[in-house]
Amino acid sequence: MFDLVAFFPRAVMQSIPLLFGSTGETLTEKSGNLNLGIPGIMYVGGICGVIGAFFYEQAGASNGFLAVLIPLVCCLVGSLLMGLLYCFLTVTLRANQNVTGLAMTTFGVGFGNFFGGSLIKLTGAEVPSIALTATSGYFRKTLPFAESTGVFGKLFLSYGFLAYAAIAIALISSYVLKKTRVGLQLRAVGESPATADAAGINITRYKYVATCIGSMIAGLGGLYYVMDYACGVWSNNGFGDRGWLAIALVIFTIWRPNVGILSSMLFGGLYILYLFIPTGTFLAVKELYKMLPYLVTILVLVLTSMRNKRENQPPESLGVPYFREER
Amino acid sequence: MEEKRAAVQMRDITKRFGSTLANDRVWLDIYKGEILALLGENGSGKTTLMNMLSGIYFPDDGKIFINGKEALIRSPRDAFSYGIGMIHQHFKLVDVLTAAENIVLGLKEPGRLDMNKVAQRVQEICDAYGFDVDPNQKIYNMSVSQKQTVEIVKVLYRGADILILDEPTAVLTPQETEKLFAVLRAMRDDGKAIVIITHKMHEVEELSDRVAILRHGQFVGDMETKKTSAQDMTNMMVGRPVTLNIERPEPVNPQPRIEVKNLTVRDAEGTLKLEDVTFTAKSGEILGIAGISGCGQKELLEAIAGLQKTESGSICYVKDDGTREELIGKDPTAIAAMGVSLSFVPEDRLGMGLVGSMDLTDNMMLRSFRKGRSWFTNRKEPKRLAENVVKELEVNTPGVSTPVRRLSGGNVQKVLVGREIAAAPTVLLTAYAVRGLDINSSYTIYDLINKQKKAGVAVVFVGEDLDVLLELCDRILVLCGGKVSGIVDGRSAQKPEVGMMMTRLGGKTNG
Repeated sequence: MFDLVAFFPRAVMQSIPLLFGSTGETLTEKSGNLNLGIPGIMYVGGICGVIGAFFYEQAGASNGFLAVLIPLVCCLVGSLLMGLLYCFLTVTLRANQNVTGLAMTTFGVGFGNFFGGSLIKLTGAEVPSIALTATSGYFRKTLPFAESTGVFGKLFLSYGFLAYAAIAIALISSYVLKKTRVGLQLRAVGESPATADAAGINITRYKYVATCIGSMIAGLGGLYYVMDYACGVWSNNGFGDRGWLAIALVIFTIWRPNVGILSSMLFGGLYILYLFIPTGTFLAVKELYKMLPYLVTILVLVLTSMRNKRENQPPESLGVPYFREER
Repeated sequence: MEEKRAAVQMRDITKRFGSTLANDRVWLDIYKGEILALLGENGSGKTTLMNMLSGIYFPDDGKIFINGKEALIRSPRDAFSYGIGMIHQHFKLVDVLTAAENIVLGLKEPGRLDMNKVAQRVQEICDAYGFDVDPNQKIYNMSVSQKQTVEIVKVLYRGADILILDEPTAVLTPQETEKLFAVLRAMRDDGKAIVIITHKMHEVEELSDRVAILRHGQFVGDMETKKTSAQDMTNMMVGRPVTLNIERPEPVNPQPRIEVKNLTVRDAEGTLKLEDVTFTAKSGEILGIAGISGCGQKELLEAIAGLQKTESGSICYVKDDGTREELIGKDPTAIAAMGVSLSFVPEDRLGMGLVGSMDLTDNMMLRSFRKGRSWFTNRKEPKRLAENVVKELEVNTPGVSTPVRRLSGGNVQKVLVGREIAAAPTVLLTAYAVRGLDINSSYTIYDLINKQKKAGVAVVFVGEDLDVLLELCDRILVLCGGKVSGIVDGRSAQKPEVGMMMTRLGGKTNG
């Protein structure tokens, strides 16, 4: 029997890193920057949070507020630096965005594994992982009435604060993009920087700000994964291919963060579906189930391309550097 | 002379791009309540000069005074604050946004963004000047002329009283041009200063009050339009006397070369692009094709060149000995080998035919790369050809190894046409061969085409300027919505008659 009450919270928890990643990447892409460094940035966000929490725990302090704030700030600073690096290379120096992004993913994963490995050495543990149980406890703190409200509480109230933050950020991003002056101008920058420039919009500033904020949001996805989903246990390469899934999700949501909330849950569900479908001993079937999110993305790409509606296309100048005096 | 108030005074403006001097100590005055036509050959620095007013470029040297006070224009935003608005040759609009969203783009108005209020204000401006724009329509659903209207409204919304238009009529039909001119005159009478950059002499004479002329980045002079003539202005632009008559030699022994019968073409979406088109192109003759843009001209040429799938009908190539060969279903390379040459100049010039980032020699090789021994290409031949084209057509380039993208529009077109002609075609298909070219370069191209005609080539010339078509072509086929509206004799046809045929089948109201 398919156990929905057990399945749904798992799917949601699986979806939150994806939602953070895709919201961040959507904002970035709306400015015309195709940041393929997102998997690396999420990885860096995660490890920076871990580093912060590790030293705070080592110091033996146990103030709940600081235990949350320190990893949070470390994560944001780490991913911001990654975003700045990406912008400096692609916007200021006008390097190729694809190459830069891929290099940053490789760099981010290497950076994470290096410091992850060092911390593991420091603890001198037997297992190749670090457990930050105390910090994780603060991150996983649920709303007080989650326990007492039965099934409803289990389905909707049993998550840590970052999960609700992810949904709030997605909704806010959507609102900003659709309804505000800043959003309108950001969209114009991604569609046609020359037009936006002639209209008096500072292209460089918009690209930098959107990409850096996007990176910080994506970095939170890494933090959520370690602190909440993985219960504070960092192990090298544990993050898996979630970063790429987040980028696929951007396409799936046709660049709409609010659509991302439900789609990320769909992706999260598909990602862990194999655990809930009785497959017996035939393990190959499980691998087939793991393909589902990617299959769905391809399907959406086919459908949006076939309908060819202009609003559903990627920002027109996505991936193209802009230089005003180009002739 | 009555007192005029200068809105803009540009003094000693100099701008360099690398080693090229785009503007050299230019003086220019722009007055309120006056339409100034800025003239000059391609690459004479007109657009650069105006871009410095609109904040796209910043002058290396010199001063700009707005209403008598010195102004520093560092960015487009500064330009708006001085009331300067520019309508660029390539529209600066975001396709997926609505008209109203485009208009309000980049503005720092206080308070929240209220699209309804914006739409309302746009409507007010439209009503005041008689524009027809739906504020909530997406740009990609608009025609060229509607897009241009949005650009003008955008500038007016910002409260501009100095308006710059860079080749605004290049893509408009005669009717749309008339409408635009009426609007510009209304704005002039409203006290606004207007600058218009154009290559079309009759427009200058019809619209402007004063002309200013640039040559090689330098200011040559200005005068009242009434006191000058097209001939004088052209001489000043070029710097030497030029003849302004298009030659039209009598066709020598014209023989049918291409016979098109009942040709019907649908595009990928199933829209009828050409319907039941029948005509014959003869050797030693120029067949003009007139029509509002997008009436099937592109499809027609591409169908002959084998690039466009056809639905029904036939296209026959007639050889000298009278034998006929069906072209439909043939491979484009096979058709090209028979001597059918297509030189199509699309709106973005580099789109088809030339590769922007490759140099002149490589672009020549696009035609000849199949020749040469085994898998090695022959580079000597194309290089010689490139050098030839540069010399004979006076292409302005640092050398044959310069990427084509770096050349100015006119020179790019010369390279393209030069290459196509060098292939010694028996049929030359050209579309918009002089689009965006200045008068002098245009005449070079007309000469080239005439030379081909004299050599017995069947020329199909798709043009947009009716005056030129009437002067150059032996016969003119008028397309209207993909159908043949009529074929007229180029020597006896009248402009209004052809204009009517472009908008209505057969040119007369039926019933």
